Amino acid sequence: MFRVTRRYRFAASHRLHSPQLSEEDNRRVYGKCSHPYGHGHNYVLEVSARGPLDAITGRALDPAALDRLVERHVLAPFDRRNLNVEAPVFAGAVPTSENLAVEIGRRLTEGWSEEFPGEWPRLDRVRVAETANNMFEIGADEIR
Amino acid sequence: MVITRRVEFSASHVCRIPRLSDEENGRLFGPEANPHGHGHNYVVEVSVAGEPDAVTGMVMDLKELKEILTREIVEPYDHRFLNYEVRPFDRVVPTVENIARDIWERLDAGLRGAGRQLHSVRVYETPDLFVDYCGEPPCSA
Repeated sequence: MFRVTRRYRFAASHRLHSPQLSEEDNRRVYGKCSHPYGHGHNYVLEVSARGPLDAITGRALDPAALDRLVERHVLAPFDRRNLNVEAPVFAGAVPTSENLAVEIGRRLTEGWSEEFPGEWPRLDRVRVAETANNMFEIGADEIR
Repeated sequence: MVITRRVEFSASHVCRIPRLSDEENGRLFGPEANPHGHGHNYVVEVSVAGEPDAVTGMVMDLKELKEILTREIVEPYDHRFLNYEVRPFDRVVPTVENIARDIWERLDAGLRGAGRQLHSVRVYETPDLFVDYCGEPPCSA
């Protein structure tokens, strides 16, 4: 069994601000991430899939198929976007990188069979780096 | 405890299946099927699992691990055309998955020692595409 990981990049802006918290609490919890006009990151996304080798190709995953899936379901909707304003899911949830990782995992799980209709490969994990110093990882079995 | 040593080699390869047409190989492997081959700077991370020795405090002497990796991986793979010069890639497509498995097989027996064993092999074909292999049964996530 192999785990194959592919890395992607997208740039987006966000603002961490919860309507359930007071202005003061937002400032306390989110600090500068709560500044009113938002700010941006160069996100780095790693998508990992797991599977046995295909007997013919000697590969566990066709990277081009994963590229199409990620382009369609993640990069097209998120790259050069304002996540709070342009991603419907973040109308009701704070676009922390935890929530972003869950949303990316959910989108890839939903679209997975478009490119991978067989039993293998399966989505294994999603890892989002918000900056070079902050990373957020979720296993496919944690995504609902 | 898991310790990891990283080594690099540069090699060329082509991913194609001889009995298939150019068109079918192009469909399966894209630009990797270019018959003249192309190269990558491969990066290999080899991880060994074990308990630190009571006297030395080491799972394994990293210098010894470096020597094994140089001998078993870098020397045969570095600056070679894998399909033509490195077995088993005369008959096995040198995908990054197959390279990871070949490296595992080259290292597995030699790294078994008192209280230690090979844990995983990670091979980066590019910074944006890499494979983890832990032998069989499967890697845990």
